[in-house]
Amino acid sequence: MTTLESDDIQHILLTRAPAMTGRYEFLSFKSAAGGRAWLSAIMEKVHSAKAMRESVAQDKRWVTVAFTFNGLRALGVDDASLATFPEEFRQGMVARAEMLGDTGANHPSHWTDKTSSPDLHAIVILFARDAAERDRCVSEHAKLIANCQDVEVLSTLDLEATPPFEYAHDHFGYRDRLSQPAIEGAGDAPTPGSGAPLKAGEFILGYPDENGHITLPQPESLTRNGSFMAYRRMDEHVGRFRDFLREHGKTPEEQELVAAKLMGRWRSGAPLVLAPEKDDPALGADPQRNNDFNYKQQDPQGYAVPLGSHIRRMNPRDTGANMSRRRMIRRGATYGPALPEGAAEDGVERGIAAFVICASLVRQFEFAQNVWANDKNFHELGNERDPIIGNQDGTLEYKIPKRPIRKKITGLPAFTTVRGGAYFFLPGLKALRHLASLS
Amino acid sequence: MKERNSMTTSPEQKDWTKPAALAIPEGGYFKDKVEQGRYGPVFPQTPACYGFSIMAKIKPGTKQNFYAYAQNIEKAVGATPDCLAVLKLHYLRWLLFDIKGDTYFMYQGIFDTDFDKYTEDAVAIFASTGLNTVFENLEGFPVDWKTNAAAFIKFVREHQCPSFLEYGEYPYVSADEIKKALKLKAAFSTALDQMQ
Ligand code: HEM
Repeated sequence: MTTLESDDIQHILLTRAPAMTGRYEFLSFKSAAGGRAWLSAIMEKVHSAKAMRESVAQDKRWVTVAFTFNGLRALGVDDASLATFPEEFRQGMVARAEMLGDTGANHPSHWTDKTSSPDLHAIVILFARDAAERDRCVSEHAKLIANCQDVEVLSTLDLEATPPFEYAHDHFGYRDRLSQPAIEGAGDAPTPGSGAPLKAGEFILGYPDENGHITLPQPESLTRNGSFMAYRRMDEHVGRFRDFLREHGKTPEEQELVAAKLMGRWRSGAPLVLAPEKDDPALGADPQRNNDFNYKQQDPQGYAVPLGSHIRRMNPRDTGANMSRRRMIRRGATYGPALPEGAAEDGVERGIAAFVICASLVRQFEFAQNVWANDKNFHELGNERDPIIGNQDGTLEYKIPKRPIRKKITGLPAFTTVRGGAYFFLPGLKALRHLASLS
Repeated sequence: MKERNSMTTSPEQKDWTKPAALAIPEGGYFKDKVEQGRYGPVFPQTPACYGFSIMAKIKPGTKQNFYAYAQNIEKAVGATPDCLAVLKLHYLRWLLFDIKGDTYFMYQGIFDTDFDKYTEDAVAIFASTGLNTVFENLEGFPVDWKTNAAAFIKFVREHQCPSFLEYGEYPYVSADEIKKALKLKAAFSTALDQMQ
């Protein structure tokens, strides 16, 4: 079995920091020397997965650094090396917009965080235990930037967990972080239902993947123990979402069921396959049980989990082909203030700022976006897209299988809008040093 | 701004009771309505569904491999009827023909999804079910195709001969819908039988 070089892999790939807050900063390098000076200083703060695990109890902040294709070039990576990176990464997320479903309101021309700019070179991700620690780190980083010539902050995004803080959930109220692929050699045992651990090469460059093949753009000193990250900033229209639940459910119980049918899980996290009629919060909270289900045997027609629901699209489990080649690691956090229950939509942006991490953007992330989320005919559904993340223009429908007659919702509104995004390369720790020492 | 777009997808237009024909411009695309796939522009859906016609010269002396391969596929599908399910096929027609002493292979497939969507799955099927040898007998086929889906699809695209006319007697109906209708018919006849 492969041993992972967890002392060289950035912590975000293998671990989840116990952060309640944080911040992303999007940077541009006006000169290679400026970028490298910044990198030389910041890389000392980046935890490897191993270091993070050893000191997580004491630590209060965790830093991740990643680069766009233009960023690698700006730091001085040569053309021969750049040419060995995958086509979709070289093009960047903006060039792939139409295929990803980023059209209409989701189109990069509307993004205001400058992530669509060709000048975007790097992201620095800060996860912090509390607001005081974040503030301290933010001012430290501002000092560093002030000391580095030629490094510009294009935009920033502050992260906030949403109340109640006892468990992770999004602004719509869905419990999150329940299903995650396990990686062979990473050490943690998969929770029941998460499937056998996958070969590390599905997520980390330099290891055999599920086909036994090793992918490694050149030079190895830059790419080994690295990975690719798709960043998605998604605005969640909470007012619209709650209106929709009220419109389609007369009682609070019915409204909860409508919410559950869109996701495939109750907002408590309880999977509909295991709790089809009634919510079961204890089930939702129990990692030994809350991911232990499949579809082919347990719910082939979608009477519990509609075929078009978010989790059934994003991981069709035993009803999808070639599934071991299509899994993704999800990281990130919520941002923006919570909208109190009962309050009217206030027009303030709030949502999820997420990273999808995988060894092949085209095979994993882009497939999920293009086929699972946005193919109107996925599972022969006809005229449907993912109700949470699909490109919704108000003309599509959502079908909820039910005996004797299914329920069909027409004119589904867009509950989310893409507000930013980019493709990043996430180097290993040695590779950060390699980049900092380029000349 | 360019909207996502597919020329014929509005449900009203997809009336299976009305036979439909579609003339396709030279090159295979409707220029202002091209939908982008992960590996490039997507060939349009027509009344005869999605599909392709790939033509490639075979390596000299490999003709028998194609006949042997056909036997393999027959056996594989016999043993595991759903082994090609991912491809969402209606029909495959494979043939060999000669031009000036060279033998060419033509692969015509009619299916219900843009091929690019499931490229990696298709490659995985070919690689895993022992159905792997025949393409290697085609000239110019990438040797690393098993691990390089992009090279595989590039070959397919370069050898695609787009149609200029397609027709459907029951246009746009997917294989799945047909199977559902037949199942329903079978269930009805059983029910009627039981009422005798
Ligand atoms: C506003 C945006 C989004 C929201 C509110 C959202 C919400 C959720 C929730 C609540 C779950 C269930 C919890 C779990 O299984 O861990 C989930 C699962 C998942 N989501 Fe999302 N998500 C969003 C965007 C995305 C995006 C952009 C992707 C990838 C392209 C994605 C991929 C997945 C996957 C792979 C799962 C796990 C499914 C499973 O294994 O059963 N999600 N999401």
